[in-house]
Amino acid sequence: MSARAKNQEFSQLSTDGPKNEEFGAQTYARAKEIIARYPEGRERSALLPLLHLVQNEEGYVSPAGVAFCAEQLGITKAQVGAVATFYTMYKRRPAGEYIVSVCTNTMCDVLGGQAIFDALSDHLGVGHNETTRDGKITLEHAECLAACDYGPVVTVNYDFVDGLDPESAVEVVEKLCDGRPVQPTRGARLCSLQETALQLAGFADDRDGAVGEGPAGEPTLRGVKLAEQHGISPAGFDITTPIPSASGGNK
Amino acid sequence: MSVFDKLTPVLTKRWLSPDAWRLDVYERLDGYAGLRKALAAHPDDLIALIKDSGLRGRGGAGFPAGLKRGFIPQDDGKPHYLVVNADEGEPGTCKDLPLMTYDPHSLIEGLIIASYAIRANRAFIYIRGEAIHAARRLRYAVREAYAKGYLGENILGSGFDLELVVHSGAGAYICGEETALLDSLEGLRGQPRLRPPFPATHGLYACPTVVNNVGTIASVPYIVLGGAAWWKTMGTEKSSGPMIYSLSGRIVHPGQYECTMGITLRELIELAGGMKPGHNLKFWTPGGSSTPMLTAEHLDVPLDFEGVAAAGSILGTTATQIFSDQDCPVYATYRWLEFYHHESCGKCTPCREGNYWLVRVYRRILSGHGTHEDMDTLLDTADNILGRSFCGLGDGATSSVTSSIQYFRQDYLDYIEGRTAPKLSEKVLAGAH
Repeated sequence: MSARAKNQEFSQLSTDGPKNEEFGAQTYARAKEIIARYPEGRERSALLPLLHLVQNEEGYVSPAGVAFCAEQLGITKAQVGAVATFYTMYKRRPAGEYIVSVCTNTMCDVLGGQAIFDALSDHLGVGHNETTRDGKITLEHAECLAACDYGPVVTVNYDFVDGLDPESAVEVVEKLCDGRPVQPTRGARLCSLQETALQLAGFADDRDGAVGEGPAGEPTLRGVKLAEQHGISPAGFDITTPIPSASGGNK
Repeated sequence: MSVFDKLTPVLTKRWLSPDAWRLDVYERLDGYAGLRKALAAHPDDLIALIKDSGLRGRGGAGFPAGLKRGFIPQDDGKPHYLVVNADEGEPGTCKDLPLMTYDPHSLIEGLIIASYAIRANRAFIYIRGEAIHAARRLRYAVREAYAKGYLGENILGSGFDLELVVHSGAGAYICGEETALLDSLEGLRGQPRLRPPFPATHGLYACPTVVNNVGTIASVPYIVLGGAAWWKTMGTEKSSGPMIYSLSGRIVHPGQYECTMGITLRELIELAGGMKPGHNLKFWTPGGSSTPMLTAEHLDVPLDFEGVAAAGSILGTTATQIFSDQDCPVYATYRWLEFYHHESCGKCTPCREGNYWLVRVYRRILSGHGTHEDMDTLLDTADNILGRSFCGLGDGATSSVTSSIQYFRQDYLDYIEGRTAPKLSEKVLAGAH
C-alpha cells in the first residue's frame, strides 16, 4: 500500500465512528480558535493545545480525544498518539480531581521531597502516577519544577504549595479529600485539573481576580529586597541615552 | 566595598511592586518606554546595540545574543520567527518563572523589540506546561498588550505588525533544547534536530528563527533604555551585565540574587546569610545539574562564562545548588541520572542506553553491591555518551558523573568497600521508573 493510501485509510479511521459525539459544539469552536492561532498551512502546531483541550473535556486523553485531534488537523491517530504519549502531562487514564506532584529531583530530595512523597504514598495507598480509589488524588513524583529556592517543592494541579514537610503534606491531601479549601502559596486559588487543562490550551482563567492572586514569596524577593535595604541600584541608568545609528537615524 | 555592592537589581527590580504584572503599573515603571524608543530606530541599529552590549544568552549556552540575531538572513523572502524558550526545567534553575509571573510585560516588551529587529511578524513564547500560574499572568499580559496596541497590526503607528502566541508545553525537559522545542512547537514529539542547519536559517517551519531564553529577551528593553555602555558597567569584559543567580540548598536564605556577573560563590553565600547551621559546603553546581559540580576549593571562582569554564565547569543557567557535608555526592549524581534517564527523548542511542545503564550501576553501588570495576564502567559509559548525540542532554548527564568521580572518588569507594552504609534498598525511590 502506498504511503498516501495508508494515510487515507488512517484518516478514514480517524473520522468515522460515533466517538466524537462526545465532544460538543463548544469544543469544536474552541478547537477552531486554537488552530487559528497558528500560520496557515501550519495547523499541526495546534496539536499540543488541542490535546490539552480534549484532556479538559474528559480528564485524560482518551481514544476519542486522540481521534478528535486527528480529525481536526487532518493527521492520523497514530501521529496524534505518538505525540500524546511523549509528554508526561497528557494522562492516558482518568486522573484524579487533583494531581499532587512532589519534586524528588536531587535538591528537593535531599531537602525532604522524597520523605514527603513516601508519606503521601503511604497515607493515600497509591504509588507514582496512581489515583486514589475515590478518584480524588493522583500522586506523582515530579522532576525539577523550577522553584528550587522553595525546596522541597510540592504542587497541587501545578500550583505551588510551599513549606511542607511530611506531616503538613498529609494534612493538605486530607483537606483535598474532604473538599476543604487549600490555598496555593504562590498561585491562584485551586481549580480542577480539567479547568487547568483549558488554561493550558491557551484560554484565559476567567475566575474573578484569580490571575492576580499569589504574592511573591520571600526567596523570590530576597536579593532585590537586600538591594533596597542597602540603597543599591546600578548607577548611570539614563533612559534618554540615544541608540547609536549607523544609518543616519532614519528607518 | 561591601558584598551588597555586587547586587545589581535590573531585571528583578519590578518584582518588588506586587502589581507590576498589570499593564498600567508596568507603564508607570518605565514600561514600554524601550519599545517606543526602539521603534523609532532602524532594526539594524538595534542589532548593533545588542552586539555592543555584549549580551550573552541566559539559557545556559551563553551564546552572544547580538550575533544570533545577526545570523538571520535578510530580504530572503521567508517569514522570520522569534521564539522565546520559557521551558525552564534544568534542575536548580528557577529564574524565568518568577520573571514571567511578576514582570511578564518586560518579556513581552523585549520580544516585540527583538522581533522588530529581526523583522519577524510572528513570535511564540513556549512556556513549560507545569508553569501554570506564570502562564496565566503571561496570557493576561499579552491580552492587555494587544488591547493597548503594543501587539497586533501597526504597533504604536510604526507600521510594524506582530502576532504573539503563548504556547504551553506538556511536560518534557528535552523541549528546553532549542531544536526539540521547535519540533514540539510544530506539533511533533519534542526531539532534537541534527545541526547544521541551525535555527537561524532553518528553524520554525524551516524558516529563519531566533530562539532565546526568557532572561535574554527580558534584558533587551533595559539595554535599549540605558545603552550598551551602561549595560557593560556591570559584569566583566566578556560576560557583561547583571545575572540572576538562583541559590538553593543548604544556605540560610535560598532565593534569587541578581548580581554583577563575576561574583563568587563565597560572596553569594554571604548574601544568602551563610551556610545553614551545622552544614559545611561540600559540592555545588554553578549552573544547574548539567554543569560539572565544583567544591569548596572553588569558592573564589568568578561566576562568569570564562571564570567557570577555566575552573572546568560551565556557567549554565547560574542555578547554584549548594550541598553540604551532610549530602552525598554519589547519591546526588544518581538522582540526577534518574532524571536524565527519564528525560532522554530516546532518539540517540548513546544517551538513551547510556543513561539507562548509568542508573543501574549507580543503584548497584548505592545498594552496597558495587565493584571496583563499576568505577571504570561509569567513566567508560560517560565517555560513550559525551558528544555522541544530537543535543546536549546526554552531555549534561555525564557532567555530574565525571566531576563527582574526579572530586569524590573516595565517597564511591566507601560504598564499594563497605565503609558507608547502603543508601538504597529496593523500596526506596518510589519515583524511580
